[in-house]
Amino acid sequence: MASLIRVGMADYKVGRAGLGSCIGISLYDPQTKIGGLLHIMLPDSNQARASDNPAKFADTGLPLMLNDVIAMGASKSRLVAKIAGGAQMFAFSNATDIMRVGTRNADTVKKILQRMGIRLIAEDTGGNYGRTVQIDLSNGVYKVKTIDRGEKDI
Amino acid sequence: MIDELNLSPIQLDALREIGNVGAGNSATALSQIINKRIDMNVPKVALVPIETVPDLVGGPDTIVVGVFLRVYGRAPGNILFLLPQKSAFYLVDTLMGRPHGTTTKLDFMDESALMEIGNILSGAYLNAFFNFTHISMLPSIPALAMDMAGAILNVILVQLGQMGDQALVIETEFLAEDDGINGHFFLVPDPGSLAILIKGVGVE
Repeated sequence: MASLIRVGMADYKVGRAGLGSCIGISLYDPQTKIGGLLHIMLPDSNQARASDNPAKFADTGLPLMLNDVIAMGASKSRLVAKIAGGAQMFAFSNATDIMRVGTRNADTVKKILQRMGIRLIAEDTGGNYGRTVQIDLSNGVYKVKTIDRGEKDI
Repeated sequence: MIDELNLSPIQLDALREIGNVGAGNSATALSQIINKRIDMNVPKVALVPIETVPDLVGGPDTIVVGVFLRVYGRAPGNILFLLPQKSAFYLVDTLMGRPHGTTTKLDFMDESALMEIGNILSGAYLNAFFNFTHISMLPSIPALAMDMAGAILNVILVQLGQMGDQALVIETEFLAEDDGINGHFFLVPDPGSLAILIKGVGVE
């Protein structure tokens, strides 16, 4: 079960990815060891004009992942969430809204998790650097790697 | 009405030609600065699925240096000049007159030099667009980051992500004569800008 699968952008699987302003969200049920990893790019699908990929947005991707892990046998009450990402890669003094999308992503994800009643137990968000994440389904450890800030388990 | 995600072969050709001239200008500028011959490939003008864009530069985990510029004007967009880490170090050594292999980390001056290169390349590139379309496109001051390609490309893809799952990228690869430097130059028009540029060239 604990396999490593690469996660493409706007996609979700158990695996890993290279995140900038995107957020990697893991949901994990420690008892059944069922979990998922979602990679979202944007907070809100209402801003979208023509997208057909719900996994790209926090508001559509999270319910999708929740349904899937429950369908696989996870219990909603036992699920815990961990999130990482939401950086602002380029520092601009006059950063537009879209440049600060990382912060909005993190805020929105937290709000939605709260609304869905899922506990957020760890996060590593913000900053100006990229992250690669990986969820180990045998123990729920969420590994966050960076290029010059080391690697940590959250 | 121009469907930006469904351009005709003539429209794609026109964009490729402008990209070609733009990249030619940029390559000439770079060549003069570092005093080496620079080869470039014919620009790719392609509609690609967003999640595959990082693969153009070696995958989302590849460490790259990215110089990012916002393009202002009637046809706004983003420019990203990506160099694999090794190429960036080589370029900096060349610019600073140091023996190749000296740089192992970018300091403030190195970053500044690379941003200036991004600036010059972008100016040369956008000039070509102006000559063809008479739409002036002005680059912002550059910003630089060294990180995973996936994370850096995120910045431009997020903006396109609002529109759809595909990105139209105009991409050129530069190669220095001694293979020390290869770089990728991306112009990614904002949703809506492409239609304006195509009208400007008159191939509606």
